[in-house]
Amino acid sequence: MEKTWNNKAWFMVLPVLLLVAFSAVIPLMTVVNYSVQDTFGNNVFFWNGSDWYTEILGSDRFWLSMVRNLIFSAIILVIEIPLGIFIALNMPKKGWGVPVCLVLMALPLLIPWNVVGTIWQVFGRIDIGLLGYTLSSLGIDYNYVNDPTDAWVTVILMDVWHWTSLVVLLCYAGLVSIPDAYYQAAKIDGASRWAIFRYIQLPKMNRVLLIAVLLRFMDSFMIYTEPFVVTGGGPGNSTTFMSIDLVKIAIGQFDLGPAAAMSIIYFLIVLLLSWVFYTVMTSVDAEH
Amino acid sequence: MARIDVNHIRHSYLPNPQKDADFALKEVHHTFEDGGAYALLGPSGCGKTTLLNIISGLLHPSHGQLLFNGKDVTRLSTQERNIAQVFQFPVIYDTMTVYDNLAFPLRNRGVPEADVDRKVRETLDMIDLAELAKKKARGLTADQKQKISLGRGLVRSDVNAILFDEPLTVIDPHMKWVLRSQLKQLHRRFGYTMVYVTHDQTEALTFADRVVVMYDGEIVQIGTPAELFERPRHTFVGYFIGSPGMNVMPVAIDGKTATIGSQRIELPGVPKAGAGAIELGIRPEYVRLGRDGMSVKISKVEDVGRHKVVRANLEGREIAAVIGEDETVPAEPKVRFDPAGINIYADSWRVEMGA
Repeated sequence: MEKTWNNKAWFMVLPVLLLVAFSAVIPLMTVVNYSVQDTFGNNVFFWNGSDWYTEILGSDRFWLSMVRNLIFSAIILVIEIPLGIFIALNMPKKGWGVPVCLVLMALPLLIPWNVVGTIWQVFGRIDIGLLGYTLSSLGIDYNYVNDPTDAWVTVILMDVWHWTSLVVLLCYAGLVSIPDAYYQAAKIDGASRWAIFRYIQLPKMNRVLLIAVLLRFMDSFMIYTEPFVVTGGGPGNSTTFMSIDLVKIAIGQFDLGPAAAMSIIYFLIVLLLSWVFYTVMTSVDAEH
Repeated sequence: MARIDVNHIRHSYLPNPQKDADFALKEVHHTFEDGGAYALLGPSGCGKTTLLNIISGLLHPSHGQLLFNGKDVTRLSTQERNIAQVFQFPVIYDTMTVYDNLAFPLRNRGVPEADVDRKVRETLDMIDLAELAKKKARGLTADQKQKISLGRGLVRSDVNAILFDEPLTVIDPHMKWVLRSQLKQLHRRFGYTMVYVTHDQTEALTFADRVVVMYDGEIVQIGTPAELFERPRHTFVGYFIGSPGMNVMPVAIDGKTATIGSQRIELPGVPKAGAGAIELGIRPEYVRLGRDGMSVKISKVEDVGRHKVVRANLEGREIAAVIGEDETVPAEPKVRFDPAGINIYADSWRVEMGA
């Protein structure tokens, strides 16, 4: 059969192509460009091959900040996901309590990130902060400025305070979509509270949970503003997560080459880990 | 299996009901015999699901008592009553296999695994799902899912009753028929007490030995399908059952004669009617269309396949008559009422006729 070729349709996608080019591809390519070149000033660049990549991948500093970041993400996921499910399960399903709870839950999500950082920076101060002052008055040795453990505890508490609501709201949406007949049938079948959770609520929530885990993982792996405002990455480098480190290299030291190489590696890691999460969770889903 | 006594039960969804209209269930007093197949039939909002949920224990009645085999269960929880219920939309445990779905109610009650296995296999055979035992329940069709819901009830050999809340709503028409006859078969073989809520008269009349017709929070008639057809106790039953429903027209009574406009109708007996609005009810099947009787004006003839429905005007009242597929409407049409099909109603309730 004679096939007619008509490439005019390509013009239809041109606007989108242009938009994506300007918003994503061109900036990304600039970064790629920096990551393979070096300069001695005067805007003269020369080819540097994969040297920056080798340098970044060979530096302890990069690996340490990545490990810190992975540990941070793991801790907040372990806390926020179960806590979010627990709160969602205990929220009222009808009556005046529903809007009250929803507004309370949404509040932390509406606060700008650097304001959240400032709130906790002040909250934790031992001279004027409610938390810091109370703890030290009780004789507990707490000081997030000097002590790495205290700094971690503060940053984690802050993230839990800020983002557990997101998990709660997603789970709650999943829960309220379960028809009453399911709970009635479970009563008739003599199911325990745990069995209801395990065989009715959890399966109905699993799609929203997948979204919650993905969002919380990606966000926490890219966290910058809040810990930067509270601890500035310190004490020492103890709370220097990857994006804080990246900004230090790029803007603090103005090492554009290594920073660009690190950006690319960082981007690929986020992409890879998100893909792994997604694949694992959807395949668990399919198995059931 | 159990006999279920519904003892003067009233129910209101309001916290402090005052007048009759506040009650979703005005007063129901009835016995469901052990091993009977009952249908609760009525329009939406008539209280039939409320009554069903009171029997299953999902609702506790405001007034009255519920007895299973003479034992008061009014305050018992759903679990303690040991009943099974099939809902309008299939309720299955998505993540489990068909087998595990059926085993679930037994395992929850701590039944030893060997007994669970035996009971589940028996039940799978009963509901014809044995070859799907190992499949995940979520991938099945609506009618298979509904069978699983039913199976979770059947698997417990000691259930007091199996309740159905419009279980065929989401099933394809041809599967409805299959499922209904399988249900009837199960009932005949195992003698479960079954109560089946529906607003579909065909479903009710084909499923049940006795149909309980409900209207506005009350039971208006309990009877076999034939009784409901021949002698509707309330004009509502006349309208609701049959297609088209019964013709009901206001009449004046004088001895053995009823008058409608200028027409006189001979009655089979003298109605023992007291005061109140008197109406005459006659099913379209008993209206004879021919060349003698009361003259009518035909407004429309509907051919519904096996027979024709004739819509006519008698003394300003719309009436319907059913004639055979091959019959024709005469040029000067007249109707006669077959005395066998005449019922007289006072204030919507049927009155007996004496000789």
